[in-house]
Amino acid sequence: MLALLGRGVIGAVRGAGQLTLFALDGLSHLVRPPFYWRMFARALLEIGYFSLPVVALTAIFTGMVLALQSYLGFARFSAQSATANVVVLSITRELGPVLAGLMVAGRIGAAMAAEIGTMRVTDQIDALTTLSTNPMKYLVAPRLLAGVIALPALVIIADILGVMGGFIVSVLKLDFGPATYLANTIHFMQTMDVVSGLVKAAVFGFLIALMGCFQGYHSRGGAQGVGSATTAAVVGASILILAFDYGLTELFFAR
Amino acid sequence: MNDRPSPDRPKIRVRGLRKSFGPKLVLDGVDLDVAAGSSMVVIGGSGSGKSVLLKCILGLIPPDAGEIEIDGHDVLRLSAPERDRLRAGIGMLFQNGALFDSLPVWENVVFALLAQRRVSRREGQKRAGDFLAQVGLAPTVGDLYPAELSGGMQKRVALARAIAARPDIMFFDEPTTGLDPIMGAVIDGLIVDVVRRLGGTAIAITHDMASARRIGDAAAMLHGGRIIWTGLAADLMHSGNPAVDQFTHGRREGPIQMELRR
Repeated sequence: MLALLGRGVIGAVRGAGQLTLFALDGLSHLVRPPFYWRMFARALLEIGYFSLPVVALTAIFTGMVLALQSYLGFARFSAQSATANVVVLSITRELGPVLAGLMVAGRIGAAMAAEIGTMRVTDQIDALTTLSTNPMKYLVAPRLLAGVIALPALVIIADILGVMGGFIVSVLKLDFGPATYLANTIHFMQTMDVVSGLVKAAVFGFLIALMGCFQGYHSRGGAQGVGSATTAAVVGASILILAFDYGLTELFFAR
Repeated sequence: MNDRPSPDRPKIRVRGLRKSFGPKLVLDGVDLDVAAGSSMVVIGGSGSGKSVLLKCILGLIPPDAGEIEIDGHDVLRLSAPERDRLRAGIGMLFQNGALFDSLPVWENVVFALLAQRRVSRREGQKRAGDFLAQVGLAPTVGDLYPAELSGGMQKRVALARAIAARPDIMFFDEPTTGLDPIMGAVIDGLIVDVVRRLGGTAIAITHDMASARRIGDAAAMLHGGRIIWTGLAADLMHSGNPAVDQFTHGRREGPIQMELRR
């Protein structure tokens, strides 16, 4: 029993160490030329543009549900007027970055792990090395940077659409005045709410790309290995997003 | 790095190469010399460690022990930039082609030239057509993606990619595996042609005897983690070594025993 526990702890520590070294290696290639701008542009398009529909829909419905639930909850102690404030606070600080992160982790983390994993098991990564190209520089570094830049951009849109979702429900269903709702939203929102959400998004974008690349890069054993890498990338990125979300919230807001 | 060639020194020299994966010992002290300008064919059964040997020489897999010299340089002691420079002079044809799925054929072919900033993309696309012509493919193939090609065409594109940077050493990993006999002969012919034209040194690994005799000047057999025979490729079918003879003639009975569970 003790041996089993020990093996588990050693395995976890070793995994964390490998992931950290992989991340540092990938980051080091961002400052050592050459940088593959074409790969960066491709990753940016994949993460930022093609994830837009799923993130947008998630944000709108989350804003709508949040407005409805907040209104119904606050009605118990006659505080319905705080609905706009709760919606904007929740969306910008938490739900925008976390839900966008989780949706992108499912979409992009899986795709990265599958693509790089397939390259690994079909010798394409070895082929890169034989063609004078460092795989970390070509495959990993551009994706890490694209993750850090694309996710905050997505979260800005998610913030706007989330608030819009709340606005639609509040105005059309809950009889709020449109001008009052918007005034409440704008007056209550602080710069720090948005900035903290964007910093979280940048960290989440990095984690998603890191887990996708790491699991794909180390996949073994054909189709089954690539499948396992894909699952591990999504699960790992999702857990890391939630864990880092708490850490960053402590960092920004705990007094 | 000292690049002066020596007439006595083999182009590639391997001594005491050992590599195991967990408890499985794959290479158990491999010694191999490949003379400059020659084509060495390494034969051996499936799982005998031929690909591992090639990947160790290329630096893709670190060996557990032993020495690998290319042009007199101990590859295992070179710094990363020196190893990259050495590797730039080596072309490799992978068993399954290993073409990049996400790139069109022309970009696959001139990938190394683009990566080393030796040509612009426009110039690269033009040069890719020339390389494709050298392996008997029309320039229009350059606009297709690898998934749109047959197995034989993929091998030819991979060969064009391997020779595009004009390497002076070429490695071929099972060049005819998965191809019909006629296409196998075509690929072998192209390999002989490009090796002769570039005047380089080649190592090919295969278990296809017809291919081995077509490609190689010299031959070696890897069995039990060691090189058990070396000689002329022309002598492969009558080597005088019982294990080599059993392998080349495909006999069930002989010193090589397959581990079959009944």
